[in-house]
Amino acid sequence: MNNWVVAPLLIPLFTAVLLIFLHNKLKLQRWISLLSSLLNVAVAIFLMVQVRTTGIQTLNMSGWAPPYGIVLVADMFAVLLVLAASIVTACCLWYSFRGIDEERERHYFYSLVHFMIAGVNGSFLTGDLFNLFVCFELMLMSSYALIVLGGTKRQFRETLHYILINVLSSTLFVASVAYLYGATGTLNLAHLSMRIAESGQTGPITVVSALLLVVFSVKAGLFLFFWLPGSYGAPPAAISALFGALLTKVGMYALIRTFTLIFYHEVQVTHMLIGTMAVATIILGGFGAVSQTNVNRILGYNVIASIGFISLALAVSNEDALKGAVFYLVHDMIVKALLFLLAGILVAETGTERINRMGGVLSHSPLLGWMFLIASLAVVGIPPLSGFPGKLLIIQGSLENGQYIVAAAGVLLTLMLLYSLIKIFILGFWGKARRPREAHWKQSRKLLLASAPLMMLIILLGVFAEPVMPYMQRAADILTDPSIYIQAVFKE
Amino acid sequence: MEVVVAVIVGVLFAVGIYLILTQDLLRIVLGTSLLTHAVHLLLMAMSMLKTGAAPLLGRGKEEFVDPLPQALILTSIVINFGITAFFLVLSYRAYQKLDTTDMDRMRSESSKHRGRRR
Amino acid sequence: MPRGSDVFLQNISKIVVFIILAFALYLFFTGHGSPGGGFIAGLMSAGALLLLALAYDIETVRKVIPIDFKIVTAVGLLIALCGGTGSLLFGEPFLKHAFGYFQLPLLGETELHTALIFDLGVYLAVVGVTMTILLTIGEDN
Repeated sequence: MNNWVVAPLLIPLFTAVLLIFLHNKLKLQRWISLLSSLLNVAVAIFLMVQVRTTGIQTLNMSGWAPPYGIVLVADMFAVLLVLAASIVTACCLWYSFRGIDEERERHYFYSLVHFMIAGVNGSFLTGDLFNLFVCFELMLMSSYALIVLGGTKRQFRETLHYILINVLSSTLFVASVAYLYGATGTLNLAHLSMRIAESGQTGPITVVSALLLVVFSVKAGLFLFFWLPGSYGAPPAAISALFGALLTKVGMYALIRTFTLIFYHEVQVTHMLIGTMAVATIILGGFGAVSQTNVNRILGYNVIASIGFISLALAVSNEDALKGAVFYLVHDMIVKALLFLLAGILVAETGTERINRMGGVLSHSPLLGWMFLIASLAVVGIPPLSGFPGKLLIIQGSLENGQYIVAAAGVLLTLMLLYSLIKIFILGFWGKARRPREAHWKQSRKLLLASAPLMMLIILLGVFAEPVMPYMQRAADILTDPSIYIQAVFKE
Repeated sequence: MEVVVAVIVGVLFAVGIYLILTQDLLRIVLGTSLLTHAVHLLLMAMSMLKTGAAPLLGRGKEEFVDPLPQALILTSIVINFGITAFFLVLSYRAYQKLDTTDMDRMRSESSKHRGRRR
Repeated sequence: MPRGSDVFLQNISKIVVFIILAFALYLFFTGHGSPGGGFIAGLMSAGALLLLALAYDIETVRKVIPIDFKIVTAVGLLIALCGGTGSLLFGEPFLKHAFGYFQLPLLGETELHTALIFDLGVYLAVVGVTMTILLTIGEDN
């Protein structure tokens, strides 16, 4: 038992509630929320060190032993994602000091963000399927409010779609929880894994796993992504950055967790399905990114395409690929947040979201241009940056298994994403300025400063990939061998 | 009894999906609410339907019911309550802002808007 | 008929509101071992307030209970969170609750449990959220 495991949930929850009382004191709100998110980073690092030295940490909530009560499990995979999420949140909050208008700040913006982070961290840490649903809902409910905050026509339209899609998939989630409970009599992830390993993954259970696949795919934007580009483009940059970095990744985490821990017996059926969906996602997402002219939509399709890429690793499911997937997930959280934040500055500077109406930004804000270029190169996976090791490992893993189509799809994705991002760079930053700049340079400099830590992280994660690798290895070990997870949960 | 519940769940699902596929926003909200009711019934049926006491010791009863699905259903009801309420408020606000509850018209307005901008 | 002028509804609801609130109180305390609890009691109390709002109008409810319900929600959440976190101070797992039997004046021997604190938080949060939603929709008329 280790009560620290619940801290990444409790800190944002307490902060969120506290900020409701202070919703008129903007300065105080800002500082409290930044401090709380930094505290969360510290706790996540502390947990990571603990997991590294003494193995998986668990907490049986209210003292009920594992299959009966709700258990929180902090393994290396979850802790790494919690850490990445906390860092991204801290930067996005800093960015929103300038990037969010006061009206939104007064309408509980910071509270909502913290509620959402509690949901995100809870989803990463929980060891219980139903609790995963609850944390999902906490996260989604705050995200509904965050999307619509501000209340323009476009936001209303997109939010209505977004809520409807998510309510439907949540309904299916509860239905699949019901079926699983009927079939196995448990909802604890580790216990589910044991029960299904004992009884064999029969036909009905495989069907339920497909239902869960649909649910998580909707949340992650794997193949069922039609709602994503519109919804993520509607709110301001700081919020889109949080969404693009965190929400889809939580769905992806749930996919990886369930299909490596519980439903790993019928690989020909489920993982084949995942692989097919992943390739389709990559192709559709890639073409989407190439064909769009709206910056936010291009980035939205980029999010989709990289979800497809991570799912490829899940479809391959050998050690190298999963290690790559963990690395790529962490990298993708950081780099997508950075891209959305930078695009927000770009849009503020030019006053338009359409790239064919931009131009010449490089001449008056060179720093923004070069940061955007480096971030784009990191997405694509150019060697010294953080996209490279993950991508290499995933492609290497798929070649090991002889899945050449998967590897080819990965390479194809790289080219399409490169094209779509360089298109932004060329049309937006090169050439002559089409219209007078709207934002003040001072303003954007502060915003750039807030995105700088993410930038540093991308470079550091790429250059020092070797010392980081043991952590990824730990995470991949758990993903390839479910018994480690099960033993850790039932050890007390 | 299970058969009856299964049929009810099926009917609720059908009605819910039918409502969601209509144009009107209010009907869609009702549809999602019906769907979640269907799922709650499903959860209850999945844990076997029987009558019995709450599983507390020292109550002198012999038949006990599995409390877990009921706890799950209660949690799910609470969440659904929150989401439906939010959805309703949002629909109302959207109606005020967009002057329609028709999903198609909302979308056509958006494409018209986009066309004008081009 | 103009709003808030139905004599029968107004006079009956004056009494019924208190019956509902009393029943909500009963449900709240019985929730430990029998059906009931903070959520249901909260919904029922909100229902009582809603009845008042229907019989009179929202302004009257505002005047009777001059609190911002958003703050009620926040207080409720805070109490619930603290109720769960208190156990951390004693080195017990999160959400662990304790109970004991005490001799109280008037009530005799009574079972007191810390889960009640958590439930109180739930109660306040539910009342707050429900009333906030109802007032937001109702205000515009």
